[in-house]
Amino acid sequence: MFETLLSGFWESLVEIPEFLEINYEATIQRFVDWFAATFDVIFGAIRDFVRRVIYNLELWLLAIPWFIFVILVFLAGWRLKNLTTGVVLGLMVVYIASSSLWEHTMSTFVIVIFSVIVCFILGLPLGILMSKYRPVEAVLRPILDLMQTLPTFVYLIPALMLLGLGSPAAALSTTIFALPPLIRLTYLGITTVPTEVREAGTAFGSTPIQLLVKVEIPQALKSIAQGINQTTMLAISMVVIATLVGFGGLGEEIYGALASGRRGVGQGFVAGFATVFLAIILDRLIQGVAERFDHSEGGES
Amino acid sequence: MAKPVTIQNSSVVFGNHAQKKAAIELLDGELSPQEIRERTGATVAVRNVNLDIKEGELFVIVGLSGSGKSSLIRTLNLLNRPATGKTFVGDRNLLEMSKKELRRYRRNEVSMVFQNFALLTHRTVIRNVQYPLEIQGVSKKEYTERAEEAIRMVGLEGWEHYMPSQLSGGMRQRVGLARALTNDPEVLLMDEPYSALDPLIRREMQNELIKLEDEMDRTIIFITHDMNEAFRLGDRIALMKDAEMVQIGKPDEFFDNPASDYVRNFIADVDKTRILKVRSIMNKPAYIAKQGDRVKDTLEAVKKRELSFTYVTDENRKFLGYVTLDQLKRSRGKTIDRLINEDETVIYRNAFLREAWPKLKEAEYDLPVVDGKGRLRGVLDYDVVVDALAD
Repeated sequence: MFETLLSGFWESLVEIPEFLEINYEATIQRFVDWFAATFDVIFGAIRDFVRRVIYNLELWLLAIPWFIFVILVFLAGWRLKNLTTGVVLGLMVVYIASSSLWEHTMSTFVIVIFSVIVCFILGLPLGILMSKYRPVEAVLRPILDLMQTLPTFVYLIPALMLLGLGSPAAALSTTIFALPPLIRLTYLGITTVPTEVREAGTAFGSTPIQLLVKVEIPQALKSIAQGINQTTMLAISMVVIATLVGFGGLGEEIYGALASGRRGVGQGFVAGFATVFLAIILDRLIQGVAERFDHSEGGES
Repeated sequence: MAKPVTIQNSSVVFGNHAQKKAAIELLDGELSPQEIRERTGATVAVRNVNLDIKEGELFVIVGLSGSGKSSLIRTLNLLNRPATGKTFVGDRNLLEMSKKELRRYRRNEVSMVFQNFALLTHRTVIRNVQYPLEIQGVSKKEYTERAEEAIRMVGLEGWEHYMPSQLSGGMRQRVGLARALTNDPEVLLMDEPYSALDPLIRREMQNELIKLEDEMDRTIIFITHDMNEAFRLGDRIALMKDAEMVQIGKPDEFFDNPASDYVRNFIADVDKTRILKVRSIMNKPAYIAKQGDRVKDTLEAVKKRELSFTYVTDENRKFLGYVTLDQLKRSRGKTIDRLINEDETVIYRNAFLREAWPKLKEAEYDLPVVDGKGRLRGVLDYDVVVDALAD
């Protein structure tokens, strides 16, 4: 009898009391509904604008014959790096064209380009503000740290919630995910301009704007270009995941392959290679540009 | 035009607001900078310094690293703002300038050469040199011309379109010097400009500076930790230690009257005859007559000063010769022009005393001292030279 009493008591402890059962989901859902409804005009406008830009970009890119891309990538690789790089990168484009993934690659490419441009427009000023003003740094730094520790999938949720399924949500989550390195490397580039160089600018009577535009930013360009490179790489990795919010591209192929199990292995690899090659091409070319800004001893130019 | 620089009771203190305030209270006390730091947390880099630098002077501030010399020179373009005192360039106090006035001052009246060159590595040589003018909204044609001229002055023609990373250390500092000359400053600040260069190049750069300085009319303030460099270059020298001035004077005064054992040790391995220059011990002539002056006026001036002769220059201060008191007394002409005795025996003001000695022995009167353009700069007195070389 004692035992039954005890076990009954224990059970009551194991059970979570009713007053603690809060319906967080409903609360959050209600908040999101309210938020989305209230700012529907703004988010609707953003959604439509982004969708139109991406749609048109894609149309233009698809209107260009594939071999023009091969030639352009070859020339860029050759001029920026060397002949071998040009040839290898050109062959990668040929592979993509021959794998019947051209359209998928182009839609992925468009989201990447769009996100990187938005990242640049946001990230450069933020990085500069962070390097100039202590309070901005104090606020931004923990946010950037948080952004880099969050699981990738988390980025999809706010995008989905605000913009609904489709390419705008993919672009938004990609942008947010890819933004931190550009801010960080802009900040790094500006704060590591040698003190003496900055002092020289001041000593000759530069205004703060002249100092920024003619001394600090040019000195930080190599670092900023590396930031763009890292941002681009992150964007490519995110676009694949962004398939989950209803966007096509190479990610769709990869998920399709995963869904079809063993029979999808071939399809998965083909699309995987296309993604990797896209990343390599962009990486090499942006690095080639970054090296142009290296004026240190032993650097080029 | 060169301008005089006057520093009055200037102190530079580093630290946060409260620390600085506490340290300033202690500046006039007996505590050493070390003790002030332990007590307040603030670093006293310069302490109650007074300097009177004359227009056109090449003034050298020398001291070991950490003595405060760099902190002091940087108050002259307000890269460091002194916590106390006044800093005059010409007749204006830098510390009372508005932001706009300060910018104008930095653009037009002062410039600086840095120890590690501080070149804009993303710009070519000429674009570095044009920078001080470019930011003032000077037309492209003008700043290109003036930059090219400055590059010519430092001997870098042909290198205009190279990047700094392609140049040697000595050449980079030439770019730094050219950049500091493009805005034609009245005051040129040189913060250990040659310390990062190897000894041979350093010697070459010093000689070039002496030559350049001779052709320009500007006040130069030069920082170094090398006593030999200080004596080679300086009209006057200020020795700093622990944020304070130990001794200020012409080079020979350091040998004649070292202020302390510290000074005596500091100058111990300096070879005097190789280093003492005519300019450092020459005197200003008591009176200089100008071509075209009237005999009557000249005679009066010479008599008043109890002289037996006077030097004569043209209106550009170019040395012509001398006129003696007897000549003036006997003359019946109106102007002194026909009385001038042309004198070939002049001494270049940057010559070392060794070279001056033989000429001085030959000379009938004291030797006139001229610069590279033949302008009369001073007079070398036989007795002064004997005194200087005596010990």
